[in-house]
Amino acid sequence: MGNMKDIITLQKDLEQVGYIAEQSLAATLLLFAELKRPLLLEGDAGVGKTEIAKALAEVFHCPLIRLQCYEGLDASSAVYEWNYQRQLLAIKIQEAGGRPVAEMERHIFSEEFLLKRPLLQAISMPSPPVLLVDEIDRADEEFEAYLLEVLSDFQISIPELHTIEASSIPYVVLTSNATRELSDALRRRCLYLYVDYPNLDKELRIINRHLPEINRELAGQVVEFMHALRRQDLRKKPGISETLDWLAALMRLNVKNLNEDPELIAQTLVCLLKTKEDRDAVTHEVMKRLVANAG
Amino acid sequence: MKKFQTGIPAENIGAAGEDPLVVRIVEFVHLARAQGFHVGVREGLDALRVAKHCTVLDKQRLRWGLRSLLCGNADEWRRFDQLFDLYWLPSNRKTRIESASRGRIDSREAQGRRGPGGEVAEADQLQFGDTGDAGEGGARGGASLLEKTSGTDFRFLSDARLMREMEQLVERLARKMRRRLLRRQRIARHGQRVHLRRTIRKSLRYGGTPLELVFRQRRRKLPRLILLLDVSRSMSLYSYLFLRFARGVLGAFRDAQAFVYHTRLVPVTEVLRERNIDAVKEKLALISLGWSGGTRIGECTQSFNQQYAQKIVNSRSIVIMVSDGFDTGAPELLAEQLQRIRRRARKLIWLNPLLGREDYQPTAAGMQAALPFIDVFASAHSLESLKALESQLVYL
Repeated sequence: MGNMKDIITLQKDLEQVGYIAEQSLAATLLLFAELKRPLLLEGDAGVGKTEIAKALAEVFHCPLIRLQCYEGLDASSAVYEWNYQRQLLAIKIQEAGGRPVAEMERHIFSEEFLLKRPLLQAISMPSPPVLLVDEIDRADEEFEAYLLEVLSDFQISIPELHTIEASSIPYVVLTSNATRELSDALRRRCLYLYVDYPNLDKELRIINRHLPEINRELAGQVVEFMHALRRQDLRKKPGISETLDWLAALMRLNVKNLNEDPELIAQTLVCLLKTKEDRDAVTHEVMKRLVANAG
Repeated sequence: MKKFQTGIPAENIGAAGEDPLVVRIVEFVHLARAQGFHVGVREGLDALRVAKHCTVLDKQRLRWGLRSLLCGNADEWRRFDQLFDLYWLPSNRKTRIESASRGRIDSREAQGRRGPGGEVAEADQLQFGDTGDAGEGGARGGASLLEKTSGTDFRFLSDARLMREMEQLVERLARKMRRRLLRRQRIARHGQRVHLRRTIRKSLRYGGTPLELVFRQRRRKLPRLILLLDVSRSMSLYSYLFLRFARGVLGAFRDAQAFVYHTRLVPVTEVLRERNIDAVKEKLALISLGWSGGTRIGECTQSFNQQYAQKIVNSRSIVIMVSDGFDTGAPELLAEQLQRIRRRARKLIWLNPLLGREDYQPTAAGMQAALPFIDVFASAHSLESLKALESQLVYL
């Protein structure tokens, strides 16, 4: 773990690529880069988990390889697959040439015909990339176990070819929305970072970073409003991107102050509330109260 | 300083014994473990590595480093700061350290929000232990609690500790169900249809002759479970256990949904998903506040149909009603609503815990009205009968 100066440098670097991080977050990321252990990011949807991985890739000046998990994700779409159409063609072409069978077989099972999927791609890069395993909780338990194996050995065996060992150890970032319990083994293997909604100050800085021409007064009001809204009992709490969307919408409508036109504001709430229950829960009265409190 | 059994081999600590920082870190790792953090040997070693780079003076960096290293889930993450302060801040250290390694630190408890028992839910509608009913089945658990009590009707579990264990078992049972269902499906499907693409691919190594056939595995699809739990007074002996069961189901099956009803219907999916079981109890108690009078199964089912069914009930949904069928509303309404559910869903299962009693006949008007529309009518009054439910959930 680096010293305070390194932490501040990393924080600055992150800010430069558009990610506002607190010191504690930067310290964890620094630790992650140093220990080279996978990093497990948990938190509600919309708090910027995926953004962390993207920003890291930019700061480290390395490619980002993304593996989006889903139910039923299997090895052939995550690790490798043979390009069998090309193999077929190659066989057909070579049939005429009359080459020995053994040689032909070696040829069609060479790396030329191997389609590298994200995991294999990540470990066979010349310099370490950032590997983002997004929403690992959506994948099945079997895949989780397989991933755990790859992450501890950093080698993948391909029966027809040979075992491919990692030429570089990638920076692995896993994200989870906690829709399913992850195994303890995986949790233990990883560094853990719980990403919470940003505090007032951080959210303001994010807004200024993304929408530099924003009216300061409105931004302050909106952030206060968002924080109050997140404290409401909602099914889906609005994240940071919702804040930005909403602000963009308000700017388009030339709103200078949330108190101006409640009718109009109520209509723009579609940017924030995305289920029917939540829209019903935030009635006009609730909205007015929240706006009044936001000052 | 007291010597600890570390679990970390001595040679790895380096010049262990002398360095006070190392000793303190090891001690802290032990404290974390005693507090239920999942910390292995490797984490202990890495903690030492982290600490090597910091001086003890630099508490902040040490805190951040150890936090991401030792925590494994959101709950631990929230508790960590307090634990850290407790151990590393000088004023707290001596006085509180001892109590810390005994009881679990819970920030909410520290704020004094709950009484010593913490069982808020118990006081209200969700009562579960009727002490008058004590006795015969209340086997004092030991190593094989599961074995001894799996056939026992839940209502005979009078012992509070036994009840707590049973709750955990029930929750775990639900989680296990998913894994077994997946496995069973895979086996059942084995070798049904030839997967043409893969077969051609496999045939490459035989020069194009399809020697090895590959069989298609259909996408494994689990049913979507929708639980409707009756939490009225007459069900009070069982309702809390079924809520725990629902919690397990929600944890294991991704798009499962749960509702409770009594005089009105309340969705509880989000509430039950909460990690902290005490928080769940508290929220459930809040929900059940102000409920009284009989059960309106018909009306509640109707509001389910009107508000939620369209969105969540489809051809792979299995709707599970848990109720004893004592309805104060009109049976015709219930029949009509169940018919609507039946049309939409794959299966309608009715669990009636009373069915486990020998002398019980489903004569209640509500139950009579419901029977024609139920695919599976089961008892689910004990662990064994809950487990038997599993076979009904295999989706074909």
